Amino acid sequence: MAESKAKPGVLLDIRNLRIEATVFPPGEPPKNIVLVHDVSLTLEKGKVLGLIGESGAGKSTIGLSSMGYGRGGVRITGGEVILNGRDILKGGKDGFRKLRGREVCYVAQSAAAAFNPAHRLMDQVVEATLLHGTATRAEAEKRAVALFRKLSLPNPETIGERFPHQVSGGQLQRVMTAMALCSEPDLIVFDEPTTALDVTTQIDVLAAIKDAIRDTHVAALYITHDLAVVAQVSDEIMVLRHGRLVEWGGTRQIIKEPRQEYTNALVSVHEIEHAEQKPGTTPFLSVKNVTAAYGRSHIKVLKNVSVDIYPGQTLAVVGESGSGKSTLARAITGLLPPEEGTVTFDGRPLANRLADRPKEDLRQLQMIYQMADVAMNPRQTVGTIIGRPLEFYFGIRGRERDRRVAELLDKIEMGKGFSDRYPAELSGGQKQRVCIARSLAAKPKLIICDEVTSALDPLVAHGILELLLELQKEENVAYLFITHDLATVKSIADSIAVMYRGEVVRYGPKSKVLAPPFDAYTDLLLSSVPEMEIGWLEKAIKGRRMASAGN
Amino acid sequence: MSSPILKLIAQRVALGILLLLAVSVLIFAGTQILPGDVAQAILGQSATPESLANLREQLGLNEPAYIRYFHWLGGVVTGDLGTAMSSGQDIATSIKGRLWNTLFLAFWAAIVAVPLAIILGLIAVRYRNGWVDKLISGLALASTSFPEFFIGYVLVYFFAVKWQIFPGISTVYDGMPFGERMQAITLPATALTLVVLAHMMRMTRAAILNVMQSAYVETAELKGLSAFNVIRKHAFPNAIAPIINVVMLNLAYLIVGVVVVEVIFVYPGMGQYLVDHVTKRDVPVVQAVGLIFAAVYISLNIIADIAAIVANPRLRHPK
Repeated sequence: MAESKAKPGVLLDIRNLRIEATVFPPGEPPKNIVLVHDVSLTLEKGKVLGLIGESGAGKSTIGLSSMGYGRGGVRITGGEVILNGRDILKGGKDGFRKLRGREVCYVAQSAAAAFNPAHRLMDQVVEATLLHGTATRAEAEKRAVALFRKLSLPNPETIGERFPHQVSGGQLQRVMTAMALCSEPDLIVFDEPTTALDVTTQIDVLAAIKDAIRDTHVAALYITHDLAVVAQVSDEIMVLRHGRLVEWGGTRQIIKEPRQEYTNALVSVHEIEHAEQKPGTTPFLSVKNVTAAYGRSHIKVLKNVSVDIYPGQTLAVVGESGSGKSTLARAITGLLPPEEGTVTFDGRPLANRLADRPKEDLRQLQMIYQMADVAMNPRQTVGTIIGRPLEFYFGIRGRERDRRVAELLDKIEMGKGFSDRYPAELSGGQKQRVCIARSLAAKPKLIICDEVTSALDPLVAHGILELLLELQKEENVAYLFITHDLATVKSIADSIAVMYRGEVVRYGPKSKVLAPPFDAYTDLLLSSVPEMEIGWLEKAIKGRRMASAGN
Repeated sequence: MSSPILKLIAQRVALGILLLLAVSVLIFAGTQILPGDVAQAILGQSATPESLANLREQLGLNEPAYIRYFHWLGGVVTGDLGTAMSSGQDIATSIKGRLWNTLFLAFWAAIVAVPLAIILGLIAVRYRNGWVDKLISGLALASTSFPEFFIGYVLVYFFAVKWQIFPGISTVYDGMPFGERMQAITLPATALTLVVLAHMMRMTRAAILNVMQSAYVETAELKGLSAFNVIRKHAFPNAIAPIINVVMLNLAYLIVGVVVVEVIFVYPGMGQYLVDHVTKRDVPVVQAVGLIFAAVYISLNIIADIAAIVANPRLRHPK
């Protein structure tokens, strides 16, 4: 039959793949859009191909097409997907079911969401193997335990008895990899498997995945937006944009000698030169010995934290999830009243509780959040959203308000026309810009930025950072910049506080904090940031002085 | 079983008891607000002021209301529900048989209705938005929309009058053979099933559809599970809490809401008993039945709460 199509050694051969979806824009008739435009790729047995691009590039859609799967009404409308010598698109539903979980397995971005909370891990790990009848339960469980051990999970014999919520995010991601490997597939689709993890955890998971791929000779499609990550694991890299192929080549060629301008932009995206400002004489906001806990818990989320913020400067707070960065912001804004310690503003102490603070104090401290789309009322226009602080704090209404809104839109480099749009009509970067404008409208002295670029594509995030820096120069506003991303810190900070388990472990001007000698944790944090360098992963793992807290 | 679960369960039970006490106060107060009192009701038109005063003295009606409440409550707790005025019989003894009959009918209606509703819900999700889904939803909605007396009479017309398969009057008595008893309750049980089916079925469908968006459902699909197994093994266990709640509400309805159906089929259950004595203005009986209905309602809802707690793996297996 279709065997003749197989080239020797080729596992997956996608030819002229075309994927479409129907969208329902508000107030317009439904229309078809093409998500993937005639993309072709081939993958040899045991090789790893990295698919890279921004959101909307079609990477996940292409990856899932190798399993004949379309997320949320997405349809494969053209081309061939030849797996092990046959076109799987001709196999129908039963054909898909037979290959899913047997020939091709999937590792999702958020293992925490991808595991069923109602079942024990082991039952989920061996489920596909038992379903396809490739092993008995005893054999499958033995195989799973061996995989847990290979992926260096703690207590490999017993971890399978746990429920998903009893295991950390980094461990779950490795269990998910074990789940994919358990049915001994020919191909695994890794869909951003480390994106949701802390850098310090990401490196362990990345190393575990890389070893597992090498030892089991499975082929993989590795989907990510992070070129530095994909450079560590893949043999070849394919760059995609808007559902079209941009460039496809060996890993070394893509990162060292990109041929396309877009690839070049991706490779060199991170650097913003930001000269550090010397701290002034008096900080306008100081946090002194703040200790805080949630509820009546005796677990302190913040332990004796002290930091100062100077007018017009940026203090970056870095650390992994659970280190207390966002809790510090909550303590400063009064959302979580500290148990001990004080926050002073302009020389006077701020009330601990938000409800006890006068409007003027509220105006001086504004916040921008990670998820711009849920931080805005979807039923209000951009003009209403930005105008609200003007009305609330200054009582500005009518034409004067509209003029100020237009001014603010201009400042965030968006035209007046956006004033009548709804948040749903904006891109991720535009939404975040509107949130920035809203916080600026209050003319605050301090804006707390909580992971504001984490949900954005690198190029878009870059634009947001440049905007923030420019606004700082114009408005002399200070930032408390919370992030887990050290590249961002280097680009924007004047001083840095490194947090670890509720404590500030290192604090000072950027140049001092980022210069050796390092304490163990800062060293771990710095050495965990992926570099666009082949072989970086092995070097970094070898050079580590402590294990990350996420394990 | 771990201590946080036990603590949550103890909280629920304590709350339930508190709620029941509050309801008992309401029931008692409600019957006090009604014009006239028991003495007047007993003596009726022929009452003279003297005989009224004597009877009030005898029944303890001159005591303040709160003392009478505690008397009543004390009796209820020790199993003494008082005496029916109309017949002079002990309420507890006459209720026992009636309650048993009502529970018998509710039990068999539930045995049919609950699994049927859940299975229909699962099928509706499997073929969601297709004609099977629409047919199931439409029929279930129609059966709920018809008033229960209408369904009852339609059933009687066809099955009892026209085809004469089942009796139209569901008389049951002590010592009746099981088979005959089942035949007698077939029509009322069917009417009840049709009434409660749609609510449970639609909740099952909605609760499962809600978790069908989850990433773990996609994971299951990508393992190659068939659509029905994805729903059964991965979606249903996570949708169970809201389903249990609706099932319990409907079970409670089967016990306390059967009044109309029991009257139509002349079934000697609690509902008939209540209706009979409301017309006779027999206040002690109405109080007793009201309290039992409240107790049933509250305990079934506590069971639903506890089941939802136990069904949550995060609570069952803490970190």
